[in-house]
Amino acid sequence: MNLREIKKVKREWPDRAMVVSLMVPCEEEPWKKILKEVEDTEADGVELNFGCPHGMSERGMGSAVGQVPEYIEMVARWCKQHTRMPVIVKLTPNITDIRRPANAAKQGGADAVSLINTINSITAIDLDNFAPQPTIDGKGSHGGYCGPAVRPIALSMVSEIARDKDTRGLPISGIGGIATWRDAAEFIALSCGTVQVCTAAMAYGFRIVQEMASGLSNWMNEKGYRTIDDFRGLAVPNVTDWQYLNLNYVTKARIDQDLCIKCGRCYAACEDTSHQAISATKNGRRHFEVIDEECVACNLCVNVCPVDGCITMERLTAGTDPRTGKDINPAYANWTTHPNNPMSLKAAE
Amino acid sequence: MAKVAGPDIRAKRLSAKDYAANFADLHPPLDQHEALVESDRCYFCYDAPCQRACPTGIDIPMFIREINAGNPKGAAKTIYDENILGGMCARVCPTETLCEEACVREAAEGQPVKIGQLQRYATDTLMATGKQPYIRAASTGKRIAVVGAGPAGLACAHRLSFHGHDVTIFEAKKKPGGLNEFGIASYKTVNGFAQKEVDYIISIGGITIKNGKPLSKNLTLDQLRNDYDAVFLGMGLQGVNALGAKHEDADGVDDAVDYISDLRQANDLSKLKVGRRIVVIGGGMTAIDVAVQSKLLGAEDVTILYRRGQHQMKASAYERELAQTRGVKIKHWVMPKKVIAKNGTATGLECEYTEEKKGKLTGTGETFKLEADMIFKAIGQTFIATPLGGLIELDHGRIKIDADHRTSLKGVWAGGDCAAGGQDLTVAAVEDGKRAAESIHSFLTPDT
Repeated sequence: MNLREIKKVKREWPDRAMVVSLMVPCEEEPWKKILKEVEDTEADGVELNFGCPHGMSERGMGSAVGQVPEYIEMVARWCKQHTRMPVIVKLTPNITDIRRPANAAKQGGADAVSLINTINSITAIDLDNFAPQPTIDGKGSHGGYCGPAVRPIALSMVSEIARDKDTRGLPISGIGGIATWRDAAEFIALSCGTVQVCTAAMAYGFRIVQEMASGLSNWMNEKGYRTIDDFRGLAVPNVTDWQYLNLNYVTKARIDQDLCIKCGRCYAACEDTSHQAISATKNGRRHFEVIDEECVACNLCVNVCPVDGCITMERLTAGTDPRTGKDINPAYANWTTHPNNPMSLKAAE
Repeated sequence: MAKVAGPDIRAKRLSAKDYAANFADLHPPLDQHEALVESDRCYFCYDAPCQRACPTGIDIPMFIREINAGNPKGAAKTIYDENILGGMCARVCPTETLCEEACVREAAEGQPVKIGQLQRYATDTLMATGKQPYIRAASTGKRIAVVGAGPAGLACAHRLSFHGHDVTIFEAKKKPGGLNEFGIASYKTVNGFAQKEVDYIISIGGITIKNGKPLSKNLTLDQLRNDYDAVFLGMGLQGVNALGAKHEDADGVDDAVDYISDLRQANDLSKLKVGRRIVVIGGGMTAIDVAVQSKLLGAEDVTILYRRGQHQMKASAYERELAQTRGVKIKHWVMPKKVIAKNGTATGLECEYTEEKKGKLTGTGETFKLEADMIFKAIGQTFIATPLGGLIELDHGRIKIDADHRTSLKGVWAGGDCAAGGQDLTVAAVEDGKRAAESIHSFLTPDT
């Protein structure tokens, strides 16, 4: 039935790429058989679903395979042997280090990886019958979590694969909470060649893709990018590890008083959970201002401010940092050489 | 049309359907969906400007958050903790000049969070359960007399009862509620809400209301001071200002507060007579209330005359717009010169244009005549001090009080419209009553 429809759609839309997602038990013969059937539909590629965390994983498919790099490599290899179609391996985020399954897919000969699939989750507990929701005859189970909340996790995992020496250059299809053109552009900036959308279409229907296409086009026009490849991966070199961040980079939060609506959320956030670096009054009047002597540039106020562009981070390039009392050093320096780092002290001894 | 002898004042101008529609709830209550959507707009501000703007200091961000978290009963308790008449205030407060004017979303996009409507949603939810969120403290054995069952008296009584004192309220009218029952425009408080709220408030226990008992020769202040441990005066304003215009006592010239009271107490609005052409003199809420309600009763032309410009009007921009969109005309910079009367019945008003010269209001000398079947005076109310027997000091014609609402007479507190320095708002009266109650409580139980 599915195969018949796939064939029909491909016939009617021959100029569009069609990738078929597959979930099959971990045995060579069933894979061989289904690949043959998919080839008959004239589809353009297959995606091996090694990510599904519910229903299939318990039957030895989906994330049950994706959590074992050896299985990934084995199945990817079978698929490459038995089909001429490109093979994409879809990865589960329900593991510790995404680079291992990605590398296993590469070793098995996969043409690309796609990620992330959904995250094990219980979204809610019904407080009347004390069972997870949705509730099936009084019980509930975990399900796959997706949508905007998982996007930061997906971006991080994509970046790890893009940066790792063993997996660098492996084509990536980005998935995870993509709902606007900007989300799509961010995944592409981290080297994704394609992006996939499901939750947003579930919430709003396929029409949302129209906004994504027009938004991406307008942004690319403004930036002068002719193709996606013009900006693909540009963010990858700027993802680094914490210890290499420039410790001499001093910024302070700045509140634009003309834009400020005086809600005081920056104050509450900074006062209660950060560095007490914002004052709430000036000459007895309600007025929110950053105290440079206390501001550590954590960015929390920027995040809680409801007015776009009202709070920004401003770099200090000269003079003294009022917080540390030390002169601002324009040179780059990081934690590996920092005197507070016991490892660096040890090296010095 | 048959020629009408004399002024055209009559009842039954409208169909039953029109009366019902005209006097329905001005703002229908928010349903759960609307309350959740609206409460989600609140930014939960630090030291929230709305809370600062509320005369009773309700923790507005907290109650809105409680609504948004599906806890409207908790929200109602947060409201009642500061304002036990939170249900009425949600309906009648000029929120557009108080909390909602201060809302940061008014600053951000000119659309404040609908705080009043949300407050109504919360308080209606808890009131519908019929349960008070308070348990009285152990009895102190102290007894307090409260004069007046209006917002100030009720708020005072509730707080005193909460602290374990027994309260007797002496009310001059036949029903409690004060202006909530007799004064406020009917479409702001439909379905007998004022009485329901009184019942809800006194359901805490320990409060007895004696209706038809004004301060008088038979019930003197001295008597109350002898019989009770403390006295709170919250008797409101009984007098009205006079126009000082010729033929002011002609038939057809009435005090707006009396007419509004008749309207509020009418069981059948179609029996209430209203003129075809109405002139209202004044610039406050009472002027708006009587003008709008006359229009809603079927009057053809309703004109408010105010002697200064629109910015000096006490009625807020929102109230003015309410009147104007109901077809009331507001005429500025005019004052009444004399009532034109024929055989003791008013037929119109002679007015004079006014102007401000060096901060002083004067007539320009130019006059005009306005035909009217009914003329309402809404130029302010006054405090009548006679029942106090000269025992208490006054300030600008009202009872002088200190910061704790103590009067010059030991053991006597005062609040609401009868006290000096007030804002003449329900919500301000509630705050007065609450503060006086706390002061009385610490006076009566100095050791706690």
